[in-house]
Amino acid sequence: MAHDEVSGHDSAASDSSAVETSRAASTGTAVIASDVVNPGEPPHRKRVTDLDPKKAKHAQRTVYTLFYLSIAGSIFALAAYMAFPIEDGDIAAIRLNNLFIGVGSALALFGIGLGAVHWGKALMADKEGIDERHPIRGTQATRDRAVEIFHEADQESGFGRRTLIRNSLIGALVAFPLPGLVLFRGWAPQDEDPVELLSHTMWKKGSRLTLDPSGIPVKASDVTIGSVFHIIPEGLNERHDLLEQKAKAAVLLMRLNPDDLTISPGREDWSYDGIVAYSKICTHVGCPVALYEQQTHHLLCPCHQSTFDVTKECEVIFGPAKRPLPQLPIEVDSEGYLVARSDFNEPVGPSFWERS
Amino acid sequence: MTSTIDRTGSGDSTPAGAAAATDNGPAKPKSGGFTAAASNYLEDRTSISGVVKEFGRKIFPDHWSFMLGEVALYSFVVIILSGTFLTFFFQASMVETHYDGAFVPMKGVEMSAAMESALHISFDVRGGLLVRQIHHWAALLFIAAIGLHMLRVFFTGAFRKPRELNWVIGFLLFVLAMAEGFTGYSLPDDLLSGNGLRIIDGLIKGIPVIGTWTSFLLFGGEFPGTAIVGRLYTLHILLLPAILVAFLALHLVFVIVHKHTQYAGAGRTNNNVVGYPILPVYAAKAGGFFFLVFGVIALMASFFTINPIWNYGPYDPSPVSAGTQPDWYIGFADGALRLIPPGWEFVWLDHTWSINIIVPVIALVGLLAAVAAYPFIEGWVTGDKREHHILDRPRNAPTRTAIGAAGVTFYAGLWAAASSDLMATHFQLSIEGVIHTIQAWVVLGPFLAFFVTKRVCIALMKKDREIVLHGFESGRIVRLPGGEYIEVHEQVDDYERWRLVDYEVYEPIMLRPNAKGQITPGMRFRSRVSRWFFEDRIAPAQQQELESGHGHHGTHGDGTDHSLEEGPGLTKP
Amino acid sequence: MARRSRKASRRHPLATVVLIAIGLVVTGGGYAAFSSTTTATADTEITSQAVIDEGEKLFAANCATCHGMSLEGTDDGPALIGVGAASVNFQVGTGRMPMAMQGPQAMQKPTQFTDEQTLALAAYVASISPGPAIPDESLLQADGDAANGGELFRINCAMCHNVAGAGGALTEGKYAPELTGVLATHIYEAMLTGPQNMPVFNDDNLTPEDKRDIITYLKYIENNPSPGGYELGALGPVAEGLFAWIFGLGAIIGLMVWLTAKSN
Repeated sequence: MAHDEVSGHDSAASDSSAVETSRAASTGTAVIASDVVNPGEPPHRKRVTDLDPKKAKHAQRTVYTLFYLSIAGSIFALAAYMAFPIEDGDIAAIRLNNLFIGVGSALALFGIGLGAVHWGKALMADKEGIDERHPIRGTQATRDRAVEIFHEADQESGFGRRTLIRNSLIGALVAFPLPGLVLFRGWAPQDEDPVELLSHTMWKKGSRLTLDPSGIPVKASDVTIGSVFHIIPEGLNERHDLLEQKAKAAVLLMRLNPDDLTISPGREDWSYDGIVAYSKICTHVGCPVALYEQQTHHLLCPCHQSTFDVTKECEVIFGPAKRPLPQLPIEVDSEGYLVARSDFNEPVGPSFWERS
Repeated sequence: MTSTIDRTGSGDSTPAGAAAATDNGPAKPKSGGFTAAASNYLEDRTSISGVVKEFGRKIFPDHWSFMLGEVALYSFVVIILSGTFLTFFFQASMVETHYDGAFVPMKGVEMSAAMESALHISFDVRGGLLVRQIHHWAALLFIAAIGLHMLRVFFTGAFRKPRELNWVIGFLLFVLAMAEGFTGYSLPDDLLSGNGLRIIDGLIKGIPVIGTWTSFLLFGGEFPGTAIVGRLYTLHILLLPAILVAFLALHLVFVIVHKHTQYAGAGRTNNNVVGYPILPVYAAKAGGFFFLVFGVIALMASFFTINPIWNYGPYDPSPVSAGTQPDWYIGFADGALRLIPPGWEFVWLDHTWSINIIVPVIALVGLLAAVAAYPFIEGWVTGDKREHHILDRPRNAPTRTAIGAAGVTFYAGLWAAASSDLMATHFQLSIEGVIHTIQAWVVLGPFLAFFVTKRVCIALMKKDREIVLHGFESGRIVRLPGGEYIEVHEQVDDYERWRLVDYEVYEPIMLRPNAKGQITPGMRFRSRVSRWFFEDRIAPAQQQELESGHGHHGTHGDGTDHSLEEGPGLTKP
Repeated sequence: MARRSRKASRRHPLATVVLIAIGLVVTGGGYAAFSSTTTATADTEITSQAVIDEGEKLFAANCATCHGMSLEGTDDGPALIGVGAASVNFQVGTGRMPMAMQGPQAMQKPTQFTDEQTLALAAYVASISPGPAIPDESLLQADGDAANGGELFRINCAMCHNVAGAGGALTEGKYAPELTGVLATHIYEAMLTGPQNMPVFNDDNLTPEDKRDIITYLKYIENNPSPGGYELGALGPVAEGLFAWIFGLGAIIGLMVWLTAKSN
């Protein structure tokens, strides 16, 4: 298989004739190749380590020095492990622990790597070998025997003949994984409907708008022009499903000059004296749209740069989102706190098939 | 083993001795000593010597670009080693807990057990942060090395028969590696990974018909739920690695079965492979290289922070960080989402059609499918059923190289779009301008890249032909007796010339009626594609041209103005 | 840096605690010493008519072209009625005002006025129409609750300024600036007044203690370099990916070329 010793020219000559036969096989479209003759292996060039024993000695010294350096690196890493304990929780100590264990280990690895490669390059016998290739396809005899075996197996089992057995087996094999597949329905709760869940949030008439994350209720008078408040519904922090509810109910509250707002019919009483509340969940794929520019009144999503115009009921002015951010209708209760008039009038967040 | 070292030791000073030693064939101690006893013991129970005989002297060609696959392999080994360490400390649970560790700005903050244990690994386990960073840096390098390896295989035509299936296996490894990366990125349950999952959730919900329920099942209820980290963990450390290792083994088996390809060169033919034997040279180099790759990763991990989850904090659906991006290998998907213009969504038949999601998904799947299918497409166009073991230089397959360049341009556009916000801040541009530019780039860039690359390839082929026929410009100006100045051209030697001429060009298919005397639309289409592929080509120089070229050159009358177009080299149908 | 820190850790375990204490005392003390003069100015002299007069002159010469002689604003600049001393101190103290040219947003530049002149301008503007005052020193010591500050920072600030305060992009060429190296006073004033497109975070939204905590958090991450090593600009996965490709793979390819090159 492996030709250990091949003197370039002879083999090249014999190989190139073999190439011609293989290339004559089936080329598909016409092929133009050069008819220049392969000159064979170029003459071997000796390395300095082959020619000069002193250089070889030097290379040998380099290799074992590198291996010793590697040992030193490992020891250094062990010492660093002991010298930089981090139990006291000091950040600077963690940095040093990381740095010096890492540097020691890297030295250990580089020592072995550089040493081994240098050994292979400069000292090991510099003798190229040549392997002959054989077609990947087996010999005709082998292939014939394989076909024969299949045929015999078919005859002996009657797989092709006894069609009733065969077909019923195929049917059984198709059917048996089905129960297993169905088991994966258990990945989600059996008694819940995602469409129903996605259509509602925990906002309801009278829920106070409270600060994220403290849950302190917000008065209309607290919200000055140019402000932005990150809002969660009252009682969210007590919920066991806090994150799922927050993922739908997070709201951004802003106060603009009432003259700047364009309000469409039906939404006249959804805001209070220039204070507007919009869902913070992007209608594209659900990132929090929280970058509010108080002069341009743009809302920007940092994930995919969808931009919404708060003055135009958060319609999309740039980026991949299509729908405006849903508006939360708000009013002021008897104590002056901001409360929701109702839940959002449409599902919040990314679009989904059944949303329509 | 010992005897091998002894021999090499004695061979150091006397190279002849080394050669004599290796002449004896694979080192197999025949008698005496512990080594002999041990190898006999093994041999009697495993028949291992057969393996050594078969593979010990197997030849591997030497070229730097052949090491890229090894970089991927070694990074993967590093990932497995470091990842195993991490599993001993990581808790894949979303149970709420309060942090009480070393990092002051997180004290008392509510977070999941996953995040808490990731912080514990970083701050309370000695060397834990180093291993975490090694794991993450190695993951980035792993996928980058696979990508470069695929580009090398593509541009040199190494995917041609008999290696088409191994290309597909390699492609699957690439996809699995990305899946591994993404599941790992999501495990710490920090703000960055949580927002990444939120994007995946929105993406899945936008898929027609099955989207809503798929998301519901995946997250075990509503987003984010309490199940996803545990589920991704099972995928990340069990299912995906098992499949990955299986395909990896298959990939390597095929490399052995096929033997490695080699570049054209003197003495190299389609029927041989020239290089160094596994034992000892290749083992030393490749084995040493593992330590070098590991060393580079260790250095990166000791000096450079990666994924500082302590800055991001625990996941909460309300906050988000500026510059929220996925790791680089998912960047092309994130970029594709960013590039969609506003308004691509509508309601039809009482259902929501999120074209702004469907189009990027189709574009990405299409791109990946095209990559997987390319060997079969090119095989169909050429109809070439021969085995190919000599690699193409990229210039010698202009259309393939141009297609690759177009694909890379497209991918790069999507990739760049994922960092549009950082480009805007760092080059003081507007984000809208950056997005619009990249939109134009993604649509027009591939065509431009195709055209330019193809022309450059053909120009380079012309240059090669010119060098083969007339030598290269020596820079030496000579005045002829007649007063004329010429630049002396020097001939290349036989070995270099062979390297330049050992390639083939295909001619376009001639449209001929088949056995039934018909020309089907399929044949017509194939002939058109074949023409598009092979219409422009520069044939390799023939012996006869070479001789006439030499003669020409001998008179010294042949200057640089000799026009190639007159020669028979440029073949146009 | 490594050598110095190694020494520090050799004196472990008390050394680090002591070092931090010393560091805090030095920086805090220096800070206090430096800023006590300004507070004193603010308390005692800000009301003095001489300072207001100086501020008026400076305003007329440098600001009135755009903001109007009586702060009423023009087409080139907004009215300054009710912006308060805090706003003036931030805009002028960080060099954003006077603007070099109209653009998407006022850029940070080397300051054009001395601290005294800035305070005089602030005093003048505040004297015409009152507004948020320059914050009290006690809130600027970075001695609050970093954990609370971190949580508030992530909810209220990180979407524009990035979780590590590295800054980020806004629409139409605007951006949220980097927060490292910004004085605590200026951070506080920015939250209080909402300069340019930054929203206002009044004391009902983020209480003065909340603002102090946020400053504490920012100063903590600024003064404690990342335990993992150099941060690559704290820009996240994009910087990490570029680094892995260019330096990681670059180094490995260099090694590959050496490895496969024929030895001399």
